[in-house]
Amino acid sequence: MSIMKNLIHGTNFDHTTLNALQKVTLRAVVMSFLFYGLVAVEGMIMRLVVTGPEVNPLPSMFSHPDHYFSIMTVHPIVGIFGSTYQLVFGAFMFLVPFLTKKPLYSIKLANFVWIMITVGTVLAWLAAFFYQYAPLYTLYWPLPADTAQFSAIGGIVFILGVALIMVGTLGFIYNIYATIFQKVGVHKDKTTKELLISGFGIDGLFNLWHKLTGRPPYTKEPALALPVVAIFRGTVDTFLDAIVILGAGILVLVYLIFDVSGHPLDVSVVDALLYKNYFWWGLDLVADGLVLIYVAGSWYLLATLITGQKLFMENVARAALMLELLVSWMVWSHHLLADQGQPEMMKLISGEMVTAFELLTQGLALFITLVTLWKARPLKMTMELKYLLGGLVGFGLAIPAAIIQADMGMNRVLHNTQWIIMAHVHIALIVGLYMTLYSAVYVLWPIVTNNTKMFSSKMSNIHFWMYLIGGIGMGAFGGMAGLDGMLRRHLYVDGEFNTLMILAAISGTMILVAWFIFLLNIILSVGLKGLIGIFLPAQDPTASYGIEPETIAENHKV
Amino acid sequence: MTFSNSAELLSFHWVAYTIYSAMIISVIAWFGYNLTRKDAKSVFRLPFYTYMAILVAGGVGHHIFTYNTIPWVSQDITRHSITPDATYKFEMQDHKWVNLPKNLKVQCGQTIEFDARSRDLVYGFGLFRQDGTLVLQMQVNPGTDVNGILDPNDILWTFNHNGVFDLTSTEYSGPAQYDEDGKDLMRVEHFMEVVGCQEGDK
Repeated sequence: MSIMKNLIHGTNFDHTTLNALQKVTLRAVVMSFLFYGLVAVEGMIMRLVVTGPEVNPLPSMFSHPDHYFSIMTVHPIVGIFGSTYQLVFGAFMFLVPFLTKKPLYSIKLANFVWIMITVGTVLAWLAAFFYQYAPLYTLYWPLPADTAQFSAIGGIVFILGVALIMVGTLGFIYNIYATIFQKVGVHKDKTTKELLISGFGIDGLFNLWHKLTGRPPYTKEPALALPVVAIFRGTVDTFLDAIVILGAGILVLVYLIFDVSGHPLDVSVVDALLYKNYFWWGLDLVADGLVLIYVAGSWYLLATLITGQKLFMENVARAALMLELLVSWMVWSHHLLADQGQPEMMKLISGEMVTAFELLTQGLALFITLVTLWKARPLKMTMELKYLLGGLVGFGLAIPAAIIQADMGMNRVLHNTQWIIMAHVHIALIVGLYMTLYSAVYVLWPIVTNNTKMFSSKMSNIHFWMYLIGGIGMGAFGGMAGLDGMLRRHLYVDGEFNTLMILAAISGTMILVAWFIFLLNIILSVGLKGLIGIFLPAQDPTASYGIEPETIAENHKV
Repeated sequence: MTFSNSAELLSFHWVAYTIYSAMIISVIAWFGYNLTRKDAKSVFRLPFYTYMAILVAGGVGHHIFTYNTIPWVSQDITRHSITPDATYKFEMQDHKWVNLPKNLKVQCGQTIEFDARSRDLVYGFGLFRQDGTLVLQMQVNPGTDVNGILDPNDILWTFNHNGVFDLTSTEYSGPAQYDEDGKDLMRVEHFMEVVGCQEGDK
C-alpha cells in the first residue's frame, strides 16, 4: 500500500515548489536516465549475441549482421549524447548559476538544449532501427556514404539526428558562456578580460609564478570558482568537437543527398586517412578533452562540497586545467597507431608522448582530490562519497589501460580489440564517469528537489554495489577477451569467446538491474505525478538557486 | 628481456595489469575505510613531487620498456630501409581479398612484408593463431597517389615460431563482411604456416 502511494505521490516531492532552473535541470536528468536504460538494454543484446548459440536466449534476428551492427552504431550515440551529454549539460547549467550566484542566461535555451538532444538521439536511433543504417560511430570514410550497403534515406535521417544533437550542444555552450560573462551579482565589476583569464585557469599559473618569484599572489580570490573554470575549459573542447562532428555530418549529408538525386559523387575524392585524422581530432576531444576536464572539475567540486574545505593545491589544479586543454588538442594520433600511412613522427609525438601526459593530468586530479578528502577526515560515508570513490577507482583503472595501448608496440596486438572498448572505454564511462555523475546527483538531489527524501537508502546501496561490481566485472572480462584476440567491431556467432562473454553478460546484467533499482528508487521518491509535474511549466520563473554551496558540507560531518 | 612474439607479450600484460588493478582497487578501498576513522593515521607519506615523478616515470618508462623489449617497434619505424625476405601484395574490394597468395609457407626467422591495398573501404589486415589470439594487425585505408595508384598499407614481420595462422579483416567495413547467419566472409582459414622453428607459437 505504501509502495503504491509512493509510486504515485513520492515521499515529500512537490513539483509546484520548483523554480524554472530546478525544473529544466530535472528534465534533462530524467531524459538522461531513460536513455541510459535504452543503452544498457542495447549493450546487453550485444553481449548476449556474442555468448554463442548455446547460451544466447535472444531470437536469431539479433545475430543478423544488419541488425547487430545497427545496434552497435546507435549504442554510443544514445549512451554518449542521449544520456551522458544530457546529464552533464543539465548538471552544469544548474551548477554554473549555483556556483557563480548568478541567474542562468536563458531558461528557454536550456529547454531547447534537452529537447534538441532528445529529438536528435531518437532520430539517430530510428535511422538504425528502421533503415539499419550502420556505419558505426567512427564513420570511417567512405563507409557512411556507401549506399550499396546502406539506405541513403536512413543515412540522411541519422545525420540529421546527430546534427540536432550538435545544435543542442551549441545551445548549451552559448548558455554557459553567456552566464559566465554576465556582469551581474558578484561579477558586476569584473571585466571580460578578468573573467577570461580566470576561465582559462591563467590566474592559477600567474599565482604559481608569483609564488616562485617571491611576490604576493596575482589574485587572492579568482573571479571564477575552480569547478566553473573546469566547465569553462571543457566547454572549449565541447565546442570544437561539435564543429568537427557537424563538419563530418555535412560531408556525409552532401554525398547522400546527391546519391538520392541520382547523381552520386565520387567518394575517392576524400582521402580516407586525412578524414580519419580530422574526425579523430574532433572525436577525441570528447574522450580525452571534455570528459577528463569535466571529470577533474567534478571531482574538485565534489571534494570541496563534501569536505567544506578549500581544495588542496588549488593553483596547481587551475594551471593543470589549462595544460589539459592543450594536451587534449594533440593526442588524436593514438587512434591511428595501426595506420601505416600515418607519419611515424605523429605516431611518436602525438600518439605516444603527448598522450602519456594524460597520466600526469588525470593523476594530478586524483591526487588533489584524495588529499582534499584525507585532510578533512573523519567523514561520514555518505552515498555521494561512496560514488566519488567509485569514480576515482574507475579512472584509476581506465586511464592506465589506455596509456598502455597508446604505444606502438602494444597497439599492434591490442588495436580494435575488446581491450580498448571494455577495459578502457566502458570502465572509464560506466565506472569512472557515471560513478562521478551519480555522486553529483546525490549531492545536488536535495538542492534541485527542495529536500525531497530519497525513498530507500538500502536501494541506493544495492545500486552502488551492483553497479560497481558489474561495471568493473564487465570491463575486466571484456578486456581479457580482447587479450585473447576478440575484436571490438566484429560479429562472433559461434561462441568463440564463450566463457568470458558469459561472465561479461552476467556483469552487464548487474548494471542493468542496478539501473532499474536506481530508477525505481527515484520514481518512488518523486512519484509518477511528480515525474510528470517536472515537465509542466514552472510557476516560479527564477533562473538561479539561493543555497550557499558551503552548507552542503554540514551533511558530511561525523 | 625481449618478447619473441605477441603471445608472450599478451601474457605478460595480463599479469602486470591484473596486479595493478588489484592494487589500485585495494588502495582506494583502504583509503575510503580510513576516511571514516577519527584516529586514522597515514601509513606512509607520498610527497607530491615523488608522486609526479612516479607518473612521469610510468608514462615515459612504458614506451622505453616496450621499445627495448618488443622487436616489432623499431622494425616498424625503420621498415622502409629493411629489405624483406619476401613481399606479398594483394588488394581488397567488395569485402573480398584480391590476388591473395595461397598456401603461404614461411621459413623460420624470415622477415615478410605484407602490402595490402583497398579499392573501396577501410579494412584491416590481421593474422590470428588457431586459439584466436592476435599475431599482428594493421589498418588498410583506401586512397590513391597523384597517378591514381592505390596507396600501400605495409607491415614488416619476422616470424620466430612455428604456427598456422588465419587471416581476416580487423576493421569493420559494413555488414556485407558477413553472411545472413553472421559468418565472417573475409576469414581465410590456414592462410599461412611458419615452419622450421624449434618452438611452436604458443
